[in-house]
Amino acid sequence: MSTDEGAGRPMTMIEAINDALDIMLARDPDVVVLGEDIGFFGGVFRATAGLQAKHGKTRVFDTPISECGIIGVAVGMGAYGLRPVPEIQFADYIYPGLDQLISEAARLRYRSAAEFIAPMTVRTPFGGGIFGGQTHSQSPEALFTHVAGLKTVVPSTPHDAKGLLIAAIEDNDPVLFFEPKRLYNGPFDGYYDRPAKVWKGHADAVVPDGHYTIPLGKARTVREGEALTILAYGTMVHVASGVVESLGVDAEIIDLRTLVPLDIEAIEQSVRKTGRCLIVHEATRTSGFGAELSALVTERCFYHLEAPVERVTGFDTPYPHSLEWAYFPGPVRVGEAIERLLAAD
Amino acid sequence: MARASNPGISKKSAAAFAEPQGSGSDNFSLRSLQDTLESDRRYQATQEELLHLYEQMLLIRRFEERAGQLYGLGLIGGFCHLYIGQEAVAVGLQSALEEGKDSVITGYRDHGHMLAYGIDPKVIMAELTGRQAGISKGKGGSMHMFSTEHAFYGGHGIVGAQVSLGGGLAFAHKYREDGGLCLAYFGDGASNQGQVYETFNMASLWQLPIIFVVENNQYAMGTSVKRSSAETEFYRRGTAFRIPGMKVNGMDLLEVRQAAKVAIAHVRGGGGPVLMELETYRYRGHSMSDPAKYRTREEVQGVREKSDPIEGAKADLLKLGVTEEQLKDIDKRIRATVSEAADFAEKSPEPEPTELYTDVLVESY
Repeated sequence: MSTDEGAGRPMTMIEAINDALDIMLARDPDVVVLGEDIGFFGGVFRATAGLQAKHGKTRVFDTPISECGIIGVAVGMGAYGLRPVPEIQFADYIYPGLDQLISEAARLRYRSAAEFIAPMTVRTPFGGGIFGGQTHSQSPEALFTHVAGLKTVVPSTPHDAKGLLIAAIEDNDPVLFFEPKRLYNGPFDGYYDRPAKVWKGHADAVVPDGHYTIPLGKARTVREGEALTILAYGTMVHVASGVVESLGVDAEIIDLRTLVPLDIEAIEQSVRKTGRCLIVHEATRTSGFGAELSALVTERCFYHLEAPVERVTGFDTPYPHSLEWAYFPGPVRVGEAIERLLAAD
Repeated sequence: MARASNPGISKKSAAAFAEPQGSGSDNFSLRSLQDTLESDRRYQATQEELLHLYEQMLLIRRFEERAGQLYGLGLIGGFCHLYIGQEAVAVGLQSALEEGKDSVITGYRDHGHMLAYGIDPKVIMAELTGRQAGISKGKGGSMHMFSTEHAFYGGHGIVGAQVSLGGGLAFAHKYREDGGLCLAYFGDGASNQGQVYETFNMASLWQLPIIFVVENNQYAMGTSVKRSSAETEFYRRGTAFRIPGMKVNGMDLLEVRQAAKVAIAHVRGGGGPVLMELETYRYRGHSMSDPAKYRTREEVQGVREKSDPIEGAKADLLKLGVTEEQLKDIDKRIRATVSEAADFAEKSPEPEPTELYTDVLVESY
């Protein structure tokens, strides 16, 4: 991590994202922020609140409801030399823009033999836990990790959100920046029936002032341990932490932070040490990113494994509305998987 | 690190992106630019100018004929869309641009647009044959060619997708206040893609410096415009977005050139986007694998005989005093250039297998 300035203050993830955008708008005149409702209104989650008033309508502006057009226009801006940061209001709305993301943004560099690049950071809230039903809760990250030419980032704390977002904006490749919306205002541990926690007082909510980056491709060890390795990202980092704490298990929890590029060294090192591996994500199971992680761990750590790799994921169904907490891979399912892994020999 | 080189960030003026005024005012006229064109339809070219444009058209024609042959010989694989018949469009429009300042983007039928910019036919042909020396190192192929030097933002293989990118390029011109505009080409087929209209809306809303060019060659692959489009007068399709339209005879080089002048003056004057429909015709199939059973031989022959753009320009040149002898010399020279390009494309080595993994991301990991 590189830091210009040291001191920090507690922030929510929303405030941290807003701060990152504010800093990048001030630092780099090529940065423009665009999206549905993000200007005058400040964004449905308030991530861009105040930015238009401060940086002007030329830098921070509202778009029509045209996701494919928004991404397409951003590819053109990036190819020309700007650094657009489009917001897609919910990750569930990104599908009309897939054509532009996959066939244009991801591929422009390759097919022009590096004559043109398309730097852009597509910010989009994703994941469940807010009763959004099937069109406001999905976790489509594996669609993008499957596409060569894109990077995929998922922060899990305010501290990381700011440093990763700045790194993403400064990156010269197109980056999908998935913001776990259930973490916007507090570290949700999966206990939906308990009072919601807030970021204030959480160690990772202290966000340094000014400009700093967290390199893409570096995982974070949330907790060191010997008994098993838990690979998680986004909201599931907090769910796993909560379960490990309540069970009193000596687990090592690795927050992947970026899925592409992936910090495979950190994963390998941890699993070789513990010999047991649990992968947790909210997205549906089949062809989810956990399948890739499981394959990698098996390929690289097979002779160190003392138990089959376990995955706890969303079910292979549309994201449900009324059965949200049955679908959501919460503390009960994560806890059972940990016990199965530890019992195996 | 390679990237588009557009150094220098100009000072932004708040007025450049003023609050949209809404469409309450009645200052929009669909035919405003059309009326200007109709008052003076043909560009007055000097003999020298016209000779140059004629040469460019002829180069495209001969290049494409040779590309067709190389395809037949198996030297060009996959997809290959020839521009034969449509030469006046790219040459007429692009000759009116300020090269390097204005940007151009198009779809997959892109050989002609590159040649119209004077890009070396050798590196274009070598891209078609997939060689290391190709303009995209053989990694783009026929449909995906680019040139930073000429601000040519590519050939794009997905129908209509380049139009949104053109909107972004135009935005960047305005944002940078570099005085440039974007010429965004697409076809009659792409005109039915939704994102084209998303881009029309944004371009008009933000008053972007862009000329949308519909190259209406009458067939979206094998489907005639009448069978695919409810509104076949494509220049009218900007009406709902308050974009003035122009309908241009795309087979007449000097009319295309004149229309470009009118549209460019409008856009450079801050008038916002223009939608230009160029009626043209492709003589060959959609791609090399198209048997063209959706139209008659007579139809194609009729267009060739009555409105071929190169024959038209030739007639204009003869009127300006150019001799048959001069024209034969030009043809000879161009045939030699094309042969040289074909030899180069055939003899250049293929890319090393290691190129497979280069240029995926800026940094490898």
